[in-house]
Amino acid sequence: MAILNRRNFIQAAGAAAAALPLVGSKAFGAEKVKVGFIFLGPIGDYGWTWAHNKGREQVVAELGDQVEAVYVENVPEDASAVPLIRDLANQGCKLIFTTSYGYMDQTLQVASEFPDVKFEHCTGFKRADNVSTYNSKFHEGRAVLGTISGMMSKTGTLGYLGSFKVPEVVLGVNAYALSAQKKNPDAKVKLVMIDSWFDPPKEAAATETLVNLGCDIVTTHTDSPAALQILEQKGLHGFGQGADMSSFAPNAHLTAIEDIWGPYYVERVKALLDGSWASSDTWDGMTEGTVIISPYNKDVPADVAAEADKIQAGYKDGTFDIFTGPIYDTEGTLRVKEGEVMSLGDLAVIDWFVKGVESAS
Amino acid sequence: MDINFIIAAIMTVVGISTPILLAGLGELVVEKAGVLNLGVEGMMLLGAIAGFAVTVYTGSPWLGVVGAGVAGALGGMFFGLFVLGLNSNQVATGLALTIFGTGLSSLIGLSFVGRIVAPFSSIFPPELARDPLLKVIFGYSPIVYFALIMVAVVAWFLKSTRAGLILRAVGENDLSAHSIGYSVVGVRFLAIAFGGAMAGIGGAYFSMVITPMWAERMTAGRGWIALALVVFAGWRSGRLAVGAYFFGLLMALELYAKAAGFSILPSQFWAAMPYLMTVVVLALISMRDRAGSNAPACLGRPFIPAT
Repeated sequence: MAILNRRNFIQAAGAAAAALPLVGSKAFGAEKVKVGFIFLGPIGDYGWTWAHNKGREQVVAELGDQVEAVYVENVPEDASAVPLIRDLANQGCKLIFTTSYGYMDQTLQVASEFPDVKFEHCTGFKRADNVSTYNSKFHEGRAVLGTISGMMSKTGTLGYLGSFKVPEVVLGVNAYALSAQKKNPDAKVKLVMIDSWFDPPKEAAATETLVNLGCDIVTTHTDSPAALQILEQKGLHGFGQGADMSSFAPNAHLTAIEDIWGPYYVERVKALLDGSWASSDTWDGMTEGTVIISPYNKDVPADVAAEADKIQAGYKDGTFDIFTGPIYDTEGTLRVKEGEVMSLGDLAVIDWFVKGVESAS
Repeated sequence: MDINFIIAAIMTVVGISTPILLAGLGELVVEKAGVLNLGVEGMMLLGAIAGFAVTVYTGSPWLGVVGAGVAGALGGMFFGLFVLGLNSNQVATGLALTIFGTGLSSLIGLSFVGRIVAPFSSIFPPELARDPLLKVIFGYSPIVYFALIMVAVVAWFLKSTRAGLILRAVGENDLSAHSIGYSVVGVRFLAIAFGGAMAGIGGAYFSMVITPMWAERMTAGRGWIALALVVFAGWRSGRLAVGAYFFGLLMALELYAKAAGFSILPSQFWAAMPYLMTVVVLALISMRDRAGSNAPACLGRPFIPAT
């Protein structure tokens, strides 16, 4: 996992100079129970962190008379996250949500120092008595996007703008590629990892690159609407990530995967309040409503929308799973046999790409 | 590999290079005057939000660019007040300016999240700007041409004008320049304001051209690359332009290599490349006899005249 702890020069310089994150809200009432959030990007990223902050706001809206919810934004996914998580614990937070994969070991470390504080780590797989993990089946949404792309792409070459090679992204790429290939067996997915979750100029340049290499639809697994804006300028199509981003690209935005964290956060904070909180592993998806698909663009033909709806319905009633064999990896090796379905445990640690994915990683 | 492919790739490189070229040119003039301003990133962000905000309110991207320049210059002058007026440490003050600019731009930007403006694209007639071949020359935002013109202007100013000579004198030996009657503080203040304006316009390239929107920290560290670029260029504006496009080419190559499905080097290595190249250039400079002669002798030193 060295790639996650990497600090490129920009980040190192930036961390020294700029990334002194600020605690977002101040304490008022002394009797309120404090919960804390560690955010990866700025709450104004209109994507990943924005969605988590919406969840935090729902906690405040529903439980604000008993709970105060503070946050720290722009927290790097390296060792410098440790003092920031610790700081929230020292401030008296009883429950702390660390909302990105790259905080996994840091969360465990601080949790061992504060056995009385509860922690919840998003998208990871390491737990402890006071550390839960929670995740969302974004790949169910990717299956919808892949279906749309497979039917709408004229070139059959699809672009995928990734961040890091972590299971969440690998799952997204695979679900997207497999779904597209169900509609167009020759569909290829070109994958570019930009080594950042949020770098609008690089996301823009990577999108231009993918388009120049023949991709006419680009989906993003990074957190800004930059790619969509490039696609809008070029008259091509893409999808929103984390939130409905149609306001940034009214024509290019076919639909989006929206992350809905609020109900889970409210439930966990309630559990903290009534003392029933216990370490658990939660991986919800479309069935529970933590992943939803935004309204389709008017450019999505009716037959495509119908197929996309079918995927959604299949996930909601449990009759569909894109990770059903046969599935081959990029080397052509059969990874999942005909009729078999990958287990959640296997999905959580996946590190190989399916056939038809072209990537350097 | 056909011509359209190459043209599209060139246009990507130009897009990556232009902001760092602008910010680098500004910083070059600042450093030539003997001041090290590490606040480039902060000034770029101030320019990015100001350019976007002014464009939203006035509908005119031209005014937006002016607003970006003014915002960057104001950020620079704020820095100037401390380092020139109070002789504060330039490194610490510059870092403070980056933190300040990041925070202030985020605060101002809160009400602009989720809004868009029309991209400030080419002003040439569509038959030139959209032509499959000619767009490689005419298809850019006016800011791109402005940056190239400024390369020549800065080179001419530093080399061939009396004012440029004074500025360099102030950077090489502030006490001598002071003793023959030049206002060291005045010259440096103007240089810092110019550097801020250029960084601001560079920042506006992100929020008005590449992705016409506002997102917090959208410059994502390009200010630091601009700082490295100045050293890489050996404080020469022509070489700075070449360096900016070279850095842009490196970054584009990384993306193309990945999209084509192969990796020559680990991606972390690509990301570090501009800085590694800068270190190599520094080593080469110091190996020559005229060791680093083009680096301003008073760079980073506070000006404290004998009373």
